[in-house]
Amino acid sequence: MSTVLASAPAAPVAPPPRDRRFSLPILLLVIAGGLVALAAVRAITGANDLTSHGAVRAALQSAVPIGLAGLGGLWAERAGVVNIGLEGQMIFGTWFGAWAGFHWGPWAGVLAAVAGGALGGLLHALATVTFGVDHIISGVAITILAGGATRYLSQLAFQGLPGGGVTQSPPVPELPRLSVPGASVLDRVERAHWFLASDLAGILRGALTDVSTLTIVAALLVPLTFWVLWRTAFGLRLRSVGENPHAAESLGVNVYRYKYYGVVISGALAGLGGAFLSMVASSIYRESQTGGRGYIGLAAMIFGNWRPGGLASGALLFGYTDALQLRGGSQSVHALLLFLAFVLAAVGLWQVLRGRRTVGAVAIGAAVLVGLWYATTDAIPAEFVQAAPHITTLVVLALASQRLRMPAADGQRYRRGG
Amino acid sequence: MSTDAAPAAPAAGADEPPAVQLRGITKRFPGVVANHDIDLSVRRGTIHAIVGENGAGKSTLMKTLYGMHRPDSGEILIDGDRIVFHSPQQAISAGIGMVHQHFMLADNFTVLENIVLGAEKLHGIGAAAARRIRELSRQYGLGVDPEALVEDLGVGDRQRVEILKVLYRGARVLILDEPTAVLVPQEVDELFENLRQLTREGLTVIFISHKLHEVLAVADAITVIRRGTTVAAVDPGEVTPRQLAALMVGSELPSPEARESTVTDVPVLAVAGLSVRTAGGRSLVEDVSFTIHRGEVVGIAGVEGNGQAELIEAIMGMRPSTGRVTLDGVDVSERGTRKRREAGLGYIPADRHRQGLLLDAPLWENRMLGHQTEAPNARGWLLNNRGARRDTERIVAEYDVRTPGADVPAAALSGGNQQKLIVGREMSHTPKVLLAAHPTRGVDIGAQAAIWEHIKRARREGMGVLLISADLDELIGLSDTLKVIFRGRFVAEADPAAVTPEQLGLAMTGCG
Amino acid sequence: MSAPWVRLLPRLLAPVGALLIAAAISSIALLISNQDPATAFSSMIEYGTRPESLVSILNRSIDLYIGGVAVAIGFRMNLFNIGVDGQYRLASLAAASLGAAPFLQWLPGVLRILVIVLIAMVVGAFWAGVAALLKVTRGVSEVISTIMLNFIGGQLVAYLLTTNHLGVQAKGSNDVATPLLPKDSWISGIPLIPDARSEVNGFIVVAVGVGVAYWFVLGRTRFGFDLRASGQNATSAVASGVNARRMVLYAMLLSGAVAGLVGMSQLLGERHAHTTSVGGLGFTAIGIALLGRNSPVGIALAALLWAFLDRSALILDLNEIPKEIVTIMQGTTVLAVVVAYELAERISRRGQQRRAGATVSEPDPRQPSEVPA
Repeated sequence: MSTVLASAPAAPVAPPPRDRRFSLPILLLVIAGGLVALAAVRAITGANDLTSHGAVRAALQSAVPIGLAGLGGLWAERAGVVNIGLEGQMIFGTWFGAWAGFHWGPWAGVLAAVAGGALGGLLHALATVTFGVDHIISGVAITILAGGATRYLSQLAFQGLPGGGVTQSPPVPELPRLSVPGASVLDRVERAHWFLASDLAGILRGALTDVSTLTIVAALLVPLTFWVLWRTAFGLRLRSVGENPHAAESLGVNVYRYKYYGVVISGALAGLGGAFLSMVASSIYRESQTGGRGYIGLAAMIFGNWRPGGLASGALLFGYTDALQLRGGSQSVHALLLFLAFVLAAVGLWQVLRGRRTVGAVAIGAAVLVGLWYATTDAIPAEFVQAAPHITTLVVLALASQRLRMPAADGQRYRRGG
Repeated sequence: MSTDAAPAAPAAGADEPPAVQLRGITKRFPGVVANHDIDLSVRRGTIHAIVGENGAGKSTLMKTLYGMHRPDSGEILIDGDRIVFHSPQQAISAGIGMVHQHFMLADNFTVLENIVLGAEKLHGIGAAAARRIRELSRQYGLGVDPEALVEDLGVGDRQRVEILKVLYRGARVLILDEPTAVLVPQEVDELFENLRQLTREGLTVIFISHKLHEVLAVADAITVIRRGTTVAAVDPGEVTPRQLAALMVGSELPSPEARESTVTDVPVLAVAGLSVRTAGGRSLVEDVSFTIHRGEVVGIAGVEGNGQAELIEAIMGMRPSTGRVTLDGVDVSERGTRKRREAGLGYIPADRHRQGLLLDAPLWENRMLGHQTEAPNARGWLLNNRGARRDTERIVAEYDVRTPGADVPAAALSGGNQQKLIVGREMSHTPKVLLAAHPTRGVDIGAQAAIWEHIKRARREGMGVLLISADLDELIGLSDTLKVIFRGRFVAEADPAAVTPEQLGLAMTGCG
Repeated sequence: MSAPWVRLLPRLLAPVGALLIAAAISSIALLISNQDPATAFSSMIEYGTRPESLVSILNRSIDLYIGGVAVAIGFRMNLFNIGVDGQYRLASLAAASLGAAPFLQWLPGVLRILVIVLIAMVVGAFWAGVAALLKVTRGVSEVISTIMLNFIGGQLVAYLLTTNHLGVQAKGSNDVATPLLPKDSWISGIPLIPDARSEVNGFIVVAVGVGVAYWFVLGRTRFGFDLRASGQNATSAVASGVNARRMVLYAMLLSGAVAGLVGMSQLLGERHAHTTSVGGLGFTAIGIALLGRNSPVGIALAALLWAFLDRSALILDLNEIPKEIVTIMQGTTVLAVVVAYELAERISRRGQQRRAGATVSEPDPRQPSEVPA
């Protein structure tokens, strides 16, 4: 079906800028600056939840599934396959996690979720790599299939169990949670509400205490992904398949096989993200539990410019807004407006200093508008906050799409010897 | 790999088995036989040229030798041992390396990553590999930096990276597929020096080309391929270019010469101060001005990538530009591509798959393409499918497009027949000016002669032509006026009656 | 064999084969749960062909069909409008609110229906237009942007459909909806099915009209040619004089406008208000466009099949067969169909190449390099 299946729509590509990555000192500087700004906003607005340990913990909780989906997207797209079926693979993960977790304990659940997601990935690989189906189409079809299959499976497996039904599973046992010993002393500092010190304490406490083991696994997967993809021969081959499969083939790399690796691992990671949803974030499987997180993961990956560190920051950012909202903190979310104004102003000034007046002026103008918004209102509608990750993604894509660099052969169909 | 260990070849006795020997290789594809009964014997330590016309089957043969596909019959012997390749990997481990015509490089990878890919086991992918690359680079005087990003490299450097890739794997036999197609003459000389250096070290080079002068200049032995089979093995010392050409073509070479001038003094296309820039502000075409008269062919010579493609696209209105384009007295600078086409611009694109055809659509829809607003394809804003179909049948007959019918998709046709369809389509609307980019690239000799004839006829009837070609003979033969483009500017003008390809080649490098 | 036959045969076999595969997989799923597939299928067919069911199937397929066409318009140009969901939810909300708004009450009913439909199309087109603009001006892939716009649109609807804004609370219910449309802008049913007690939604006329218009515009107009050409080969289309950016904009706007019609049969012919239950057809519409291979008739068959499965599932529960088996059928059908079409395409192309190759008297060895080996 050629009309539909020709290569993915090509976006106008501008020549990439020379300096593609921030150097480490600059990165640290930006992080530190952000922290100070956040602390200042907290001090000014009195929205103490902005940097409370609870908010940070909730942010991590929200960020992990997004990040895992994003990592999944990264593995597939680095191998040149767009995996829009992440959502479907995540759905498989939520279901299989809860199912195996209920029967054989939490770790069996994790394994089953990974396997279920990998199965979804395998299906996607089969369709896109072996049969040459367009990546987007296959992904959509898998997501449709996942929704249907899990509902049928629930009917079979959960109906009649205590608390179970067509749309949800019985309660699933929890995974262990860990704390760094002694981290609770941070409590006193946090509660003192000192500028910066209390903020740091809150953040550290949130990140170091009562952390699910799966969160730790997810956090470790980020550097692990980087190491495998950029520091091993396996990763080099996998990436080569996404950059120039014909070159890879000419050097004896089995392109199909590496695409399969990438997509199956992608599905497995999405499945793990699903397990997190049904076993850590809540303790049952519910239909539509993924709520589009597969897509937000994809968005986080794009936000992160197809790199693990970038996508992790994207996931954290989205998780953070999500968490503030979930904690019912209309005040803290409102305070974020002020933070946004600060950031926009800083970006604007930076651009002006670099001689890019128009961009700078636009950013500063936006900063003023956001500041006015903050000043004239008391709360942001909940719906708006829930849409924040999606709006952010659109804005980032609109403003930075010229600077983003996706794998050169991403989304293209590849035929051996073609 | 140790180059020292390789035997110093040419001196080795006559009883030594050939480095590469092919016996009776036949390769079929659905509907066509690409190679049949190929016999070839390559001595170690020599540069062995394989010559043949475009489409004679050279590349198919080399893909067979490199394990990219398997022959249907026949055998391959390396150093006297019979070997069956199932994949390039096996060819590589048998010491065969391929430098592809189109570079097989990932732009977003470093030189190092490109080279070690697939050969990670040799020296890892880190510092040891980088050391080895520097070492090889020094040994053969290639001057390649392993840390550089490939997208920052020029054409010559990229080719050296390709050669390094092959050497890094310890290749003893290098296949170079049309390696000079993208090089300027000076770079060609450098390449030849590199190749001689390689054979001095005991390596064997198989050099595929259709450029006779180059072949005669560099090869130690020559095998000629015609229509998919080997027709002769000759010694470069005992053959003239004329004889070699006759072997290649199987008959007299067709001549593109335009003969008597039909140039009038009525300007039909005037381009004034045309410039094209990238989004980033880099200049691609800089202040180009020229005029084409009725009945005149203006040829543009230049090494690919010097702005020819951009110039044509700007004249077609496909690319934003500044300057003025006047077509038959009407300023079309502000018009889009469609209006320009309707005003009488015809277009034969350099890459017909990218810009000339809808491969999956039937021929009659391809006949509409580019003229979907004009009769017989449309009536007002409605399509006239029947009219287009009928006219396609006329084009098929008049332009000798070999096809079972107007309903087959364009993809089913051979390159030459696709091109004839495009030429027929454009000519059917009697353009005032035809922009022809590489009109005979990748077509067989019969189609080439026919296309030349169509262009000459239209020129006699008063059409103006802007011709771009990498084939200098074609350019000199067809053009009434020649301009040389270099880095987006016209740097020289030549009289096609007096200029030689060599002089033109020199001017194309900016030295003229 | 004549050329069209070689070309068409594999393509006709593809959907049939895919349906068989989907039925086989569903049968296996049924067997696993100790059910007899034959009973299940026969009871589905029996129930699904009752007059009452036929009405319900036709009614449901209206939205599915219009949604499928909306997606197909994009597909024909290689644009992925995954945002049908957001587009029609916003459109339905806007159309319902304005249609019931007091300042439009002076309009005669028929005219008001036209205005309502027009508003829906404009709003749908507007929401799709955001994605189009992002693509044309900033190079943002419409796949991502339409997905994001779905969520944003969903939240926007949720925000607006509260009693503070456009919603009213029905008496004795927790549901918030827009006010009811005036009675004179309700569309009456058509007694299409002889023995049925209920009538087919009158909006089916519009659905048929959409299909005819889709067929005509794509196959018979210059605009349609430009659109198809852009989908098949964007660079060739540009060289042929198509303004690529404008074409993206038009196609997306058109797709969004048609998407805006998706909720109209419910609004005008059934509920007469926008309720919280509107939404969720976006992905199904994509599946239906795929199933129908973007052809006006194919999409219609796909929509009917989908609606049939939805409807006939109801009987399964009575027979103690899990009705969720239908969702598996729908999912596997879509997946099997896309794979089957791909294979069919490959086979027919190879066949054609062989035939064209045979007519070329001499072998042209260049060709093979373009043939997937």
